[in-house]
Amino acid sequence: MAPKVKLPKPGELSIIDYSLPATDWMDTPVEFKPNTFCWGAKGKDLETLGLPNARDWNPSEEDWKLPENWEQTVLDGIAERLSKYRSFKIFMDICVRCGACADKCHFYISTGDPKNMPVLRAELLRSVYKRYFTKSGKLFGRLAGGRELTVDVLKEWWSYFFQCTECRRCSVYCPYGIDQAEITIIGRELLNLLGLNINWISGPAAACYKKGNHLGIEPHALTGIIDSMCDDIEDITGIRVNPTFNRKGAEILFVTPSGDFMGEPGIYTCMGYLMLFHELGLDYTWSTYASEGGNFGFFTSNDTAKRLNYKIYAEAKRLGVKYIIGGECGHMWRVLNQYMDTWNGPADFLEVPKSPITGTVFENAKSTKMIHISEFVADLIKHNKLKLDPSRNDHLKVTFHDSCNPSRGMGMFDEPRHIIKAVCNNFYEMPENTIREQTFCCGSGSGLNASENMEQRMRGGFPRANAVRYVQQKHGVNMLANICAVDRAALPALMNYWNPGVEVAGVTELLANALVMKGEKERTLDIRLNDLPGKGGNE
Amino acid sequence: MNNTLKDLLEEKRSVILTKWFDSILDTYPADDSGFLKKQKDRFLNPIGHTFTNGIDGVLGGLISGQDVEESASFLNDIIKVRAVQSFSPSKAMGFIFALKKVVREELKKEIRQNQINEELLGFESKIDDLALFAFDIYAKCRDQLSEQKTEELKRMTFSLLKKANLVSEIPAQEFERKDLDFNI
Repeated sequence: MAPKVKLPKPGELSIIDYSLPATDWMDTPVEFKPNTFCWGAKGKDLETLGLPNARDWNPSEEDWKLPENWEQTVLDGIAERLSKYRSFKIFMDICVRCGACADKCHFYISTGDPKNMPVLRAELLRSVYKRYFTKSGKLFGRLAGGRELTVDVLKEWWSYFFQCTECRRCSVYCPYGIDQAEITIIGRELLNLLGLNINWISGPAAACYKKGNHLGIEPHALTGIIDSMCDDIEDITGIRVNPTFNRKGAEILFVTPSGDFMGEPGIYTCMGYLMLFHELGLDYTWSTYASEGGNFGFFTSNDTAKRLNYKIYAEAKRLGVKYIIGGECGHMWRVLNQYMDTWNGPADFLEVPKSPITGTVFENAKSTKMIHISEFVADLIKHNKLKLDPSRNDHLKVTFHDSCNPSRGMGMFDEPRHIIKAVCNNFYEMPENTIREQTFCCGSGSGLNASENMEQRMRGGFPRANAVRYVQQKHGVNMLANICAVDRAALPALMNYWNPGVEVAGVTELLANALVMKGEKERTLDIRLNDLPGKGGNE
Repeated sequence: MNNTLKDLLEEKRSVILTKWFDSILDTYPADDSGFLKKQKDRFLNPIGHTFTNGIDGVLGGLISGQDVEESASFLNDIIKVRAVQSFSPSKAMGFIFALKKVVREELKKEIRQNQINEELLGFESKIDDLALFAFDIYAKCRDQLSEQKTEELKRMTFSLLKKANLVSEIPAQEFERKDLDFNI
């Protein structure tokens, strides 16, 4: 006789368990869903950069075309970095799992995925460290928090280290001062030993290595681009601006991220620099070789970053300038402020930056000899050296997004605000726990502003957008100002998704709108060539 | 809606909302810290805030019997979040149907005692209407993600193409010239 089958009763059938099967984090492999990860690095770019295992590969495919004996390569890589960077060793050993960082990451906040808690993201690497580099881990393995290095672990590293945007919000809260960005940086370095970069980073890095900037703009194209910006400036102001390129003997070299050369709204910020420097009669030059302030090598490996950074001092030396001013950018300033001096300095052939207009000596840049455009401008405004008409920005209700690196990486909080308040009549701060050193990342930093991971970017930027929404609803804010090229590239999409009606601008663009230039015609257009409301425009 | 059911829903509103909220959070990865539930600051926990606010608005709309469109902004807020969290479409939208389950469980005894099965069916049909409406919002969000990818590419390259004289814009006034007489 057939065994009696027990049929479920209707009541039992209607009980549906909505909860997920819970597995330990170590046993939950990562899944690659479209829209949530970046494309793999191309072989040709890795080859250009001289990075290992150059080949084309696809993260969503099973086979990542790893080199022979890759496990040993990674373990050797960890050993080398443990001996080279004391901070890495300390960060691996010192964390007490207090959880202060856990709920500070924008990716964790917007996904609830525990592996996006900075502490657990670090644990992905730390567990391997424990297994192979500590006595307890060697003896007790998993009991002591250690785990074997497997392909699944490697894929998990890749997924989460290319989800962290190195914004360092979590580090602000860590009582031990563990810099989670450094753990991500080392994690990415280890992945790069196996050729596991993302295309959005290695492509620009390779272009920069060959042509001086991430976008691969060649010298003649760069002068052409700037020239056409000058045409637009002439249409707006009636003044012809004549910048110089690669001019030897200029007092100042100006370096900005190449995002300002192409794409909206970055180009308007660049037009702002041109107008400001012309108005000041600054003795400065652009370089078509050191044509990139940003550094996607920084998201690859220490060596790649150092090599890409080298050209800035080299060009300053070649041209014989006295010091360098840098444009609005995010990670560029962490690199310049914290790494350039030890990588490629000392720049003893340069002088301590001194504003030729106000005489202010920028002691803070005594060693690097490079100052931020916002500190330069804030100083001008403080000394009343600019004629400004903030009413030209009256149609704008502005809030300011502190970009992670200038704020947390170099403590720049007040200078951009000082400028905005001088050039705009309507400025509204976002809530206190979302600005300054507690600022939320745009969700696209550290080379993650590709388009193919749009979904990931939208959720990563949700905490930022949520705070913008608050001031949009409360004060009618319609402009999100910032001092970062990645912000200008990434935030328009973020605003479009979460807060339609909020546009994005660099602080220098707002300055250029308000700047009253000597001999200019009456302005009817803003820097975007749109009619200026209430100034004779159509609106 | 019959007053009895309406009163019952009002009476149990807060417990229904809590259970509905919990059932939504159950779709997220297991997390012992309970962050999404516990953190009450709207800026530090935007998901929790959006859902708490959103489901309150949606339930309020259902109870008061207003049109589905009236709840649109609350639904919109929730779905925008769900649409970018790697959920399959069914899983992203499942939260709406979860309300049926919560209400049936919470009002189990009362439904039997007060013989309000029919009203309950009416209430559930309204949830179904809401689900259809929500599906439109979800599809719009997903379309928007695709559009943004294209938009970014254009943003990056259009000015370059213009400079290379590969594309050009015809100024509006030129385009509107009246003296050209085409016979189409």
